[in-house]
Amino acid sequence: MKVMAQMGMVMNLDKCIGCHTCSVTCKQAWTNRSGLEYAWFNNVETRPGQGYPRRYEDQEKAKGGWVRTKNGKLRLRGGSKARRLLSIFSNPRMLNIKDYYEPWTYEYDNLVTAPLGQQTPVARPKSLLTGKPMKIEWSANWDDDLGGGPANIEKDPILQKLALDVTTKVKLEFEQTFMFYLPRICEHCINPACVAACPSGAMYKRAEDGIVLVDQQQCRGWRMCVSACPYKKIYFNHKTGKAEKCTMCYPRIEIGMPTVCSETCVGRLRYLGLFLYDADKVQAAASVVNDKDLYEAQMDLLLDPNDPEVLENARAQGIPEDWLVAAQKSPVYKLAKIYKVALPLHPEYRTMPSVWYVPPLSPIVDVLKETGHDGEEAGNLFGAIEALRIPVEYLAELFTAGDSEIITGTLRKLSAMRSYMRDINLGREPQAWIPESVGMTQETIYEMYRLLAIAKYEDRYVIPAAHSEQAKELEEMGCSLDGVEGVESFGGPFGRASGNPVPVTIENFHILKDRQTK
Amino acid sequence: MTSQSILLWSVMPYVAIGSFVIGLVWRYRYDKFNWTTRSSQIYEGSMLRVASPLFHLGLFAVIGGHIVGLLIPKKWTDAIGLSQEMYHFGAISMGGFAGVATLSGITMLVYRRRTTSTVFAETTKNDKTMYVFLIATLLAGCSATLSSAGVIGHEHNYRETVSPWFRSILLFQPDGSLMEQAPLAFRIHAVIGMSLFIIWPFTRLVHALSAPIGYVFRPPIVYRTRDGRATAGSSKARPGWDRPKY
Repeated sequence: MKVMAQMGMVMNLDKCIGCHTCSVTCKQAWTNRSGLEYAWFNNVETRPGQGYPRRYEDQEKAKGGWVRTKNGKLRLRGGSKARRLLSIFSNPRMLNIKDYYEPWTYEYDNLVTAPLGQQTPVARPKSLLTGKPMKIEWSANWDDDLGGGPANIEKDPILQKLALDVTTKVKLEFEQTFMFYLPRICEHCINPACVAACPSGAMYKRAEDGIVLVDQQQCRGWRMCVSACPYKKIYFNHKTGKAEKCTMCYPRIEIGMPTVCSETCVGRLRYLGLFLYDADKVQAAASVVNDKDLYEAQMDLLLDPNDPEVLENARAQGIPEDWLVAAQKSPVYKLAKIYKVALPLHPEYRTMPSVWYVPPLSPIVDVLKETGHDGEEAGNLFGAIEALRIPVEYLAELFTAGDSEIITGTLRKLSAMRSYMRDINLGREPQAWIPESVGMTQETIYEMYRLLAIAKYEDRYVIPAAHSEQAKELEEMGCSLDGVEGVESFGGPFGRASGNPVPVTIENFHILKDRQTK
Repeated sequence: MTSQSILLWSVMPYVAIGSFVIGLVWRYRYDKFNWTTRSSQIYEGSMLRVASPLFHLGLFAVIGGHIVGLLIPKKWTDAIGLSQEMYHFGAISMGGFAGVATLSGITMLVYRRRTTSTVFAETTKNDKTMYVFLIATLLAGCSATLSSAGVIGHEHNYRETVSPWFRSILLFQPDGSLMEQAPLAFRIHAVIGMSLFIIWPFTRLVHALSAPIGYVFRPPIVYRTRDGRATAGSSKARPGWDRPKY
């Protein structure tokens, strides 16, 4: 056994209202730079829908993630190492900017500088790639809230997969009644395909907290990671020619603060904490035969932070004591392993993701309410979960590689919690049979309720600070303004691409200055 | 020998080698972040998919041909009984094939770069200068090949002039008089080629030195620790941050 710590996240989808605050604050913090205009390290997509980038779940096209070969080994879906090296001059699986969207701005200038005329001046959209006027045809949230109707929604890869089994009638009903939001960041996988695909060795997993990062100095822009990530969460900065990705806000995590997306989440639906896992068993767990066994395999990988043997081994691996305490208090461990209500996104990609989701019960409650039933009565809910096959199967495709039994169990637990707590809130006698019917005690279901519904900041984010004695350089890196006189000064004799990179803060400063003073 | 001849055939080669080596070391130490070719595949993929492998694989053949032609003395091939005619035929046919592939590849690449507005917008002056030198080298090289075959001017055996000169440079005993005997096409090719090596470290061409050979041997998942036991070419560990004082 080799115990390693992994910073993980759980998102409670029932609470997501699709406000995109996480996306916007993330963008402000990390990607409001040229070259990454189109990139959303955090995005919120409406499901059913195509997602962002469009149809990223269609692995037949971009070949992301891992596959199990006939002899039981894991191989990247995109092919062997040799094949990747042979296609290095032009990655055949590389996404086009149009798969995301062409970034644009508006000619705001025209509003104030247009000469006097008959027509009101307009701010035409202008491409940020070419600088020319463009027609806006797609964006990261073009099909938000099922926008664009069936024509867009039908292209959802999961819907297409399910449509093989269901009739058109059911599908239409489903589209009318079933919708939820899926916020996505990098999964910081335990078995990351992007890292394995990187020819330069620039992508790495941090040994301390499992955060997956790109070394910007070592990245050579071969862009194999972009296609290898099945979640398409590695972005190619088209100005610098380097890969960039969600950093899980590691500078914040290192001092015990939650990520920007978590901190600013209006619904308070995100949980951050540690998983302890057995690094020796990752390969075996990721290469189980049946896709549907991957969820259980990953559950087995996650170690009990209260087990003395695990603790002893963790100490031997040099995991600090306060990290072990944090692991014991970890909300993500509780939701995933103790209450078993959190599930990994697309376990069938075999990357062992670290960002898990509590599936939404709301679509089912909504249907019950619309049909005139009591949407919070345990019997009704249990019955509805059995009856509403399509939403359940859809969720199963997302979270359990198509295993409806697991998702049904999770939804039943969430239903039980609602009904049980309603009795308490209304001052009625709590009914012990409800938790028992889902294999929980009254105490655990109450604890789960507290964690999911009213947990405080320090209960939702249990983040041990990085140990400063591990970091050798505590001193400032030197004044970042040294020798810098604005973005323009980087033209130089060797062209824009040469010279030192403009520090992000400096670039932001100039962007803001330009915006406010010109 | 004229002073021009000394400058071109005895001084310039060392300027080129010096600029290439020192420039690369400098660039690697101080500008690792920009050590990339800034791929434009995200803008345009279909033309690139044909043109880029065609150009690069053609170029590998060209480089291979240069290594054989310049470094292996004629005596050695004579010793194994390879006649001048056979050698010549092989060099011209394979070199011609590689040259056509490389030239058509770069023609498509430049066409793509010029006509795809997104790609063109991302082409710096540095890139354009580099393309001029690169294409000039390729064209001069092709015309030299044609001239050695006797298609242009007189047939010429470069293995008695250019190759010994090249080896004399590497042995630090430059013999510029050898190049004076070479036809004009060869001399132009050599000068532009040396210029290309002079500007090499300061252009996107540096990516050629990043062939990911280590990838073949390394384990799939790379782990790094925060404490800065970094591998060659990696950035320093981030400084640990002090907890903010409220």
